[in-house]
Amino acid sequence: MQYPGEHLLPGQFGHFFTILSLVAALVATVAYYKSAQAILPDEQQSWKKIARIAFGANVASLVAIFALLLYIISNHYFEYFYAWNHSNKTLDPKYLLSCIWEGQEGGFLLWSLWQGLLGLILMRTAKTWEAPVLTVISFAQFTLATMLLGVYIFGVKIGLNPFLLVREQFQEAPLFRSPNYLSAPAMQDGQGLNQLLQNYWMVIHPPVLFLGFASTVVPFGYALAALWQRRYTEWTKPVLPWALFSAAILGTGIMMGAAWAYESLTFGGYWAWDPVENASLVPWLILVAGLHTNLIYNSTGYSQRTTVLFYILTYIFVVYSSFLTKSGVLGDSSVHAFVSAGLNAQMVLWMAVIIIPAIWLLINRYKQIPAIVKEESTYSREFWMFIGSLVLFLSAMYVIISTSLPVINKLFKTNLAVGEDVEFSYNRVQIWIAILIGVLTAITQFFRFRETPDRKNLRMRMLIPGSVALLATIAIAVFGPIEYYKYGAGFLAAIYVAVFASIYAVFGNIFYIWKGLNGKLKSAGGSVAHIGFGMMLLGILISSSKKEVLSHNTTGIHLPFSENSKENPVENLTLIKTVPTDMGRYTATYVSDSLNSKGNITYFKIRFDEKNGKESFALYPNLIRNTKGAEGFSNNPDSRHYWDKDIFSYISYADQIDPQKDTSSFKPHEMEIRDSVFYSNGFMILDSVVHNPSFGPYQYTANDTALMAVLTIYVKDGRTYKSRPILEIKNGQIEHKPDTAFAQNLILNFNRITDEQKPEIGVKESGNILPFVSLKVYLFPHINVLWLGTIIMIIGFVMSIVWRVRTMRPKMKVVQKN
Amino acid sequence: MKKLHIVILLFIAAGIAVLLSFMSDLTTYDTVASARAKEGKFVHLIAKLDKNSPIEYDAVKNPNYFAFTAIDTLGNSTKVVYLNTKPTDIEKSERLVLKGAMRGDMFECKEILMKCPSKYKDEAGTDTKSFSANL
Repeated sequence: MQYPGEHLLPGQFGHFFTILSLVAALVATVAYYKSAQAILPDEQQSWKKIARIAFGANVASLVAIFALLLYIISNHYFEYFYAWNHSNKTLDPKYLLSCIWEGQEGGFLLWSLWQGLLGLILMRTAKTWEAPVLTVISFAQFTLATMLLGVYIFGVKIGLNPFLLVREQFQEAPLFRSPNYLSAPAMQDGQGLNQLLQNYWMVIHPPVLFLGFASTVVPFGYALAALWQRRYTEWTKPVLPWALFSAAILGTGIMMGAAWAYESLTFGGYWAWDPVENASLVPWLILVAGLHTNLIYNSTGYSQRTTVLFYILTYIFVVYSSFLTKSGVLGDSSVHAFVSAGLNAQMVLWMAVIIIPAIWLLINRYKQIPAIVKEESTYSREFWMFIGSLVLFLSAMYVIISTSLPVINKLFKTNLAVGEDVEFSYNRVQIWIAILIGVLTAITQFFRFRETPDRKNLRMRMLIPGSVALLATIAIAVFGPIEYYKYGAGFLAAIYVAVFASIYAVFGNIFYIWKGLNGKLKSAGGSVAHIGFGMMLLGILISSSKKEVLSHNTTGIHLPFSENSKENPVENLTLIKTVPTDMGRYTATYVSDSLNSKGNITYFKIRFDEKNGKESFALYPNLIRNTKGAEGFSNNPDSRHYWDKDIFSYISYADQIDPQKDTSSFKPHEMEIRDSVFYSNGFMILDSVVHNPSFGPYQYTANDTALMAVLTIYVKDGRTYKSRPILEIKNGQIEHKPDTAFAQNLILNFNRITDEQKPEIGVKESGNILPFVSLKVYLFPHINVLWLGTIIMIIGFVMSIVWRVRTMRPKMKVVQKN
Repeated sequence: MKKLHIVILLFIAAGIAVLLSFMSDLTTYDTVASARAKEGKFVHLIAKLDKNSPIEYDAVKNPNYFAFTAIDTLGNSTKVVYLNTKPTDIEKSERLVLKGAMRGDMFECKEILMKCPSKYKDEAGTDTKSFSANL
């Protein structure tokens, strides 16, 4: 059957390139393998030539696939399922890229694209390591290329084809029996991008995170290459800048995700120990552990076995994380994991082909990896660094075990779930990790590798920043105490110890740059990263433990409900439009609401007036209409940023998101001045009709045509209200501005001037005209310490990369001269 | 024995201790009947909203009181009280994971995870892949 109007050409090209990328990756794997195994230089070279061309073809195809997908989406070719499912016409052009990574296919594509580009860099720089390392990367490219296939092999679904047509996706739907299905209303627009992804962080966070994931393949590749080729001594130096790069990018990606969560989700924070978050944190922790053991090996010859293990596990956990988030296995435990796309069998196979050969090779060669039998001195840097790496690794293991509960349930047919307080189940363990890591970060650099001769000096150097940190902690306890009694005094004490440890980490490393390195910043990348890390810990501790709910509900009815009712989340305050409401140190007023030009976002203007009169500001928390056919709205918080705190607010409930049917209508009454009209609770009298009034917000001039009716409402109990509906002629159009007497559930409308030149007033009595919102407001103190610490840590990583690459270079130059 | 080995052993011991305490805190996914049998114990109740029973929510009176009836796959039902705002679109949810405990004849819920159907699911038989943020 012919379907007029379809644009099939980009899809056909797309299919071609997905197949080409797969075949090219396979050819590159085989050719690089042959080159790495070849003994004769000629043979090596000829295989390498083939491999390079094949790898280049793989990357070129991925670029082409990406470009074609973007072309399809930006041209709104809704006959393609990807465009139809992930975009629509009203979408802001800046979010077109986000459409690509909304689906799993796009995620795999992005990952593979980055991995390919990193491979191209290695091709130019890795020299003798090119063939073995790129064998591994080509194979990884091959596994990712299968994810974009979209075919069935022996009934197993292999990959998701991003160029699938809507009519192929929904073959059973009757609509597609018509050749003109494209003119059907359902095909005129796409489903749109998930409203929560329409955020600038979501344009940048996924590419950075996927670059982080992709880059972990390089240390993995080097480690496997070293085992396979038995070249145990030469790989640890060239791999280090790559490991640093990977840790820096993955860390940035994770924190960008945290920033997105903070800005657009409403759990009131940047981290919730959600499985999806954990899944990206675990590889980072292991990678950072591996980074440190790598440094130990480069300086002392200890810990190569551990380094190999950590680098291999990093990539394995990246793959495993991808399985967790994309297989749908987290469905019941995560709020934002993907729904299963039917690739589970393939994903399990994927993990198997990555994990089994890598672990087999490690076990096989483990004994051959050089290790020093002599014990490390307790006064050596390597001893304490190793312990630190171990702590990081254990922290990662704890996180991954509890995140894997759904997998354990599947495997062993259990039905376990993390207990009552998910966050605390992590926090109570991770606080000890924070303490250990903080102190180790502070003191370890003062030791020298192998042996520290001057032990007295060492103690002094540890003591000075230690006392400063202690004083700072005491100052916090006195001037801005943490009052976090939720989990008892023991946990509070642990928080204080952790605060001390993180401040110690910051000052210890500042002191080390000053005294240990004599202020030489060039080589201080590690210390700078540690300072940033310490600040992150501090920011996390302070902002979480001193987080306050400002919107305690003081007006609601308290129910005799539970013995531990103080823990119940009675943290939402109802604000009735224009009525100032008491909210702790502020008076909060729901001033107005407005719709954006595309009509999908409702902004609520909430004004906060500090009671001491010092400050007054407005926040605009908003509700975004859901896309993809789902009704209702999603929350989008708004924050006011200060240097030392954030005021964070979101709409937890609005009557707009739950519209009740308003069945009552305006009853028209022709009235003359002094005429009266009765309603259920009293009566009203028309006092006057004013031409072009200037009253309150309405300032009309002689150029306008507006009439304002002034009515007085007399309630049975004696109260009176004024009401002023307006009738206006604007550009030849009649506009009504009804007036509402909220207290009487009354709406008055100036309908028209009748033929007898009498004003007609419409009267409506309604059960639910009271516009209101429920608001949640948090105060986050010192959250900027976390963001600033993140930036400093990344700067430290970059400094380290530059330093490590530089210190490698002179040696090469000497070799070239000879 | 090396000092590092001792440290590693200590860490392993600590790890086991932590894991044991973690295990003892684990809860289970339950039905109404089994949750009722463990009254007062924190469970994950898997059920759905009983659309034939009324939903109690009046944000003007108290935005932090939401009550409804949940019914599980075995047909048992219980009243659920959730001291928070009513989750948007709960009427359209097809499955609820209710975290909380039975107290008396009602389920005191601390957190609700909702699974909402996709509009196109029935039509197509395949779910559209997307994030679902139900917080």
